[in-house]
Amino acid sequence: MSEDLFELGGHKFNSRLLVGTGKYADDSVIPEVCEASGSQIITVALRRVDLESTTGNVMDFIPKHMQFLPNTSGARTAEEAVRIARLAKAMGCGDWIKIEVISDNKYLLPDGYETAKATEILAKEGFIVLPYVNADLYVARSLVDAGAAAVMPLGAPIGSNRGLQTKEMVRILIDEIALPIVVDAGIGRPSEACEAMEMGADACLVNTAIATANNPILMAKAFGQAVKAGREAYLSGPGAKHCHASASSPLTGFLSED
Amino acid sequence: MSFYPICTEYGAMPLTEKFAAVTAEDVKRAINAESPDADDFLAMISPAAVPFIEEMAQKANKLTIQYFGKTIQMFTPLYLSNYCTNRCIYCGFNTKNNIKREHLELKQVEEEAKAIAATGMKQLLILTGDARIKASPEYLQDCVKILSKYFPSVSIEIYAMDVEEYAALVKVGVDGMTMFQETYNEELYPTLHPAGPKKDFRYRLDAPERSCKGGMRVVNIGALLGLDDWRKDSLLTGLHAAYLQKKYPNVDIAVSLPRMRPHAGSFQPTSIASDRDMVQNMLALRIFLPRLGITVSTRENPEFREQILPLGVTKMSAGVSTEVGGHSQKGEKVGQFEISDGRSAEEMCAALKKHGYQPVFKDWQCLDEHYGESV
Repeated sequence: MSEDLFELGGHKFNSRLLVGTGKYADDSVIPEVCEASGSQIITVALRRVDLESTTGNVMDFIPKHMQFLPNTSGARTAEEAVRIARLAKAMGCGDWIKIEVISDNKYLLPDGYETAKATEILAKEGFIVLPYVNADLYVARSLVDAGAAAVMPLGAPIGSNRGLQTKEMVRILIDEIALPIVVDAGIGRPSEACEAMEMGADACLVNTAIATANNPILMAKAFGQAVKAGREAYLSGPGAKHCHASASSPLTGFLSED
Repeated sequence: MSFYPICTEYGAMPLTEKFAAVTAEDVKRAINAESPDADDFLAMISPAAVPFIEEMAQKANKLTIQYFGKTIQMFTPLYLSNYCTNRCIYCGFNTKNNIKREHLELKQVEEEAKAIAATGMKQLLILTGDARIKASPEYLQDCVKILSKYFPSVSIEIYAMDVEEYAALVKVGVDGMTMFQETYNEELYPTLHPAGPKKDFRYRLDAPERSCKGGMRVVNIGALLGLDDWRKDSLLTGLHAAYLQKKYPNVDIAVSLPRMRPHAGSFQPTSIASDRDMVQNMLALRIFLPRLGITVSTRENPEFREQILPLGVTKMSAGVSTEVGGHSQKGEKVGQFEISDGRSAEEMCAALKKHGYQPVFKDWQCLDEHYGESV
């Protein structure tokens, strides 16, 4: 089998697990999380980045080999997301940006309309735009038109660890959208990441489930393995599901044309 | 609409009797409710919930870690002025108190900013007494323009304002406001606030909502525990927070749990909130409103502040001076109240890390012109 690389934004990655940087008891654990998970892409809320700090800046703990993915956490409108993206670029954070536009703090559900607007503006400016959205076909199509590099549907409300609640909708996106589908938010267990990958998702992004585990490094490793297992299961072409038992030795095998 | 009708409705209820009528079964149901309601919250702060504090603590701990991780936001206050036109009988800034009144000139504001910024603090809370003539909205805007050069996040804890005044402060870079109702007991309120603009109970009660309308991102409310029965004030504080969360989903709502502290004056608390009461209050708030910010100030002592870390707190102050100009000028000054935890930012960080918590200094990025951004 040829090497199965994850292509995103014109780059190729060995890992299909993206990790986050929020909620850790100590940012110094981040390099070990990256190593244990095998992840090569890491997202950071720009609002947390403090380039003026002489100590304790989250950026200090991001391994050099990781693809840095600043996000627009805190943006409530397309305009704010665009400003944050431009600010990130001006600060030397590169041209990748994960768009988060959220104005409902209870469920933290993304605003698809504002996200699409920000995506269109930033894609035209040359950003590699990864929008976090609801698992909605129409929103996803608008993001394709807007120039997104991937579509990142939520599995459940962000930080909820509730798992792949949007499974059927994600399945539709996988079938219908030609861009990489990265399941982002809500995944709480490695088995759920595995399930998303088995379905054909291209990658998963996990933060809370790793950061709030009693042993984040071990959990990161478990997620890395789960995403890999799910991907290999998908590539292997799982057998069809049936409602009833299906004998491996057919009962009508004696009926022969000969 | 306003929170006032709800406040009035609960004010008319026999709350002491309602608290006394709560059963152990009510408490268990409340702790395990999928979405706790007002009755559940009342049950969790009732005397019947006291035997369930550990059970509540376990749940509150899990919820806090899920929503916030093991992180604590750090901030420090800057007192700009202690001139005050109110006569709040429990406050050191009471206009009748014979203390040295001071007001920082803009040059002094910058000196204070530099001194605080040198400690690593990034989130600043500016405070004034209630004296518009000494701390006008325009003066505050000028201060914020200076402070924004040093701090990504600047919040206010000042007198109650109109929507337009809040909006003007948001425009120059203020992202949060704190407003203590002090007590939600409308009958008791005039006794505690005999004179001054703060005497207007309703205007103060609606100030957090006006700030939401003015565009604040973070709104922090609270009662001063000790002025009335803490259970009654805590109940109304939680309901006020729930009201604001529901009505303004784009605003982060937070609650502070300040207890009465010694101050320049002779007022003594009429209701003591013990450490256990304080913890019960915090746990109930966390379970009732899982994504609520909870602020604990240096009014509490170092040991207690460290012990409550896993129980719901999300924001703490450090390196605190409650004196005007107290960060850059040392001298015999009188603060608003005596603090209990005099640790520096550095010492507080070490304590948090010792307990497995990460101090977060910066969690907001104000998008303004000094970064050369324009849209």
